[in-house]
Amino acid sequence: MARVVVDVMPKPEILDPQGQAVAGALPRLGFTGVTSVRQGKHFELEVDDSVDDETLAKIAEGFLANPVIEEWTVRRLS
Amino acid sequence: MKIGVITFPGTLDDVDAARAARYADAEAVNLWHADEDLHGVDAVIVPGGFSYGDYLRCGAIARFAPVMSSVIDAAKGGMPVLGICNGFQILCEAGLLPGALVRNKKLHFVCQDQWLRVENNTTAWTTRYEAGAEVLVPLKSGEGGYVAEQSTLDELEGEGRVVFRYVGENPNGSRDDIAGICSANGRVVGLMPHPEHAIDALTGPSDDGLGVFLSVVDSLVSA
Repeated sequence: MARVVVDVMPKPEILDPQGQAVAGALPRLGFTGVTSVRQGKHFELEVDDSVDDETLAKIAEGFLANPVIEEWTVRRLS
Repeated sequence: MKIGVITFPGTLDDVDAARAARYADAEAVNLWHADEDLHGVDAVIVPGGFSYGDYLRCGAIARFAPVMSSVIDAAKGGMPVLGICNGFQILCEAGLLPGALVRNKKLHFVCQDQWLRVENNTTAWTTRYEAGAEVLVPLKSGEGGYVAEQSTLDELEGEGRVVFRYVGENPNGSRDDIAGICSANGRVVGLMPHPEHAIDALTGPSDDGLGVFLSVVDSLVSA
C-alpha cells in the first residue's frame, strides 16, 4: 500500500474567483501583505502496489483534473 | 422523430427538456444514465441540473456514465446533441465541445432572465432563428464562465462556432461573452442558458427557446 497525493491547481491564466475572494477578505480580517491567493484541490489516495505511475497519471489527468483549466501533480508519499 | 433526454442522478431539467421536445412535435424518450442503449433516438438532449452532485467538477463524473459512451459515439456519427447548462459542462468534459466552464466571476449563483444573441443560425439546433436575433431565456448557474485557450477561442470565432452570445452585461465572466458554442459540424451545441424553460409564455419569460427544438426537428426531417 502507498499513499499518493494529487494536487490540482487552476492554470495561472485561468481566473480563480475563489482565490481572489479569499485574497480580498484577508485585509478586511487584518492580515496584510498577502498579494495573491490561488485555491485548488488536494486528493489523498490509498493505492495498492499494483497501481503504477502511469495509471496514477491517467487518474489525475483523465478524471481528477481537467487539463483544459487545471494543472496537476502526483506524489507518492511512501 | 425521437428526441432522447438523459437523466443522471441529480439532473433537474429533464422533465422540461422532454416537454420542450413534445412542444416541437417530437417524441420524447427518457434515457437513463446507466443504460448504454439509446433506444433508437434521432437526437439527444443532455439537460441541466447537478449530475452526481457535481462533487468533483461540474459534469466530470457524468461524462463517464455508460449512456455517455453511446452519446459520444452517436455524436461523432453526426447525431444532433444539445447540452444545456450542466449538459454543456458534461459535453465539454466529454471532449465533444472544446473549453471548460468555471465558477462565475463574481462567485454568486446567477438566476435571471437573460438576453442572448443568435450568432450562428446554421447549426442543427438554431435554423429557426434569424441570424443576429435576440432571444430571452432563463440563466441559472454557478459555474457558467466559459473559458478556453486563446487558440481555441480564435478557432471558434474564426469558424463561426460561437452560437449564442450574452447581450448586455456579461453575467458570469465568460470569455468573449460566449453563452453557447457548437462542434465543427454544427451538430453538437452546448449553452449555459435554458431554452427549454422558455417555450411557453405561460411558464417562462418568453417562448423564444422553442426555436431550438423546432430547429432540430427541421434538421431531422430534412436529413
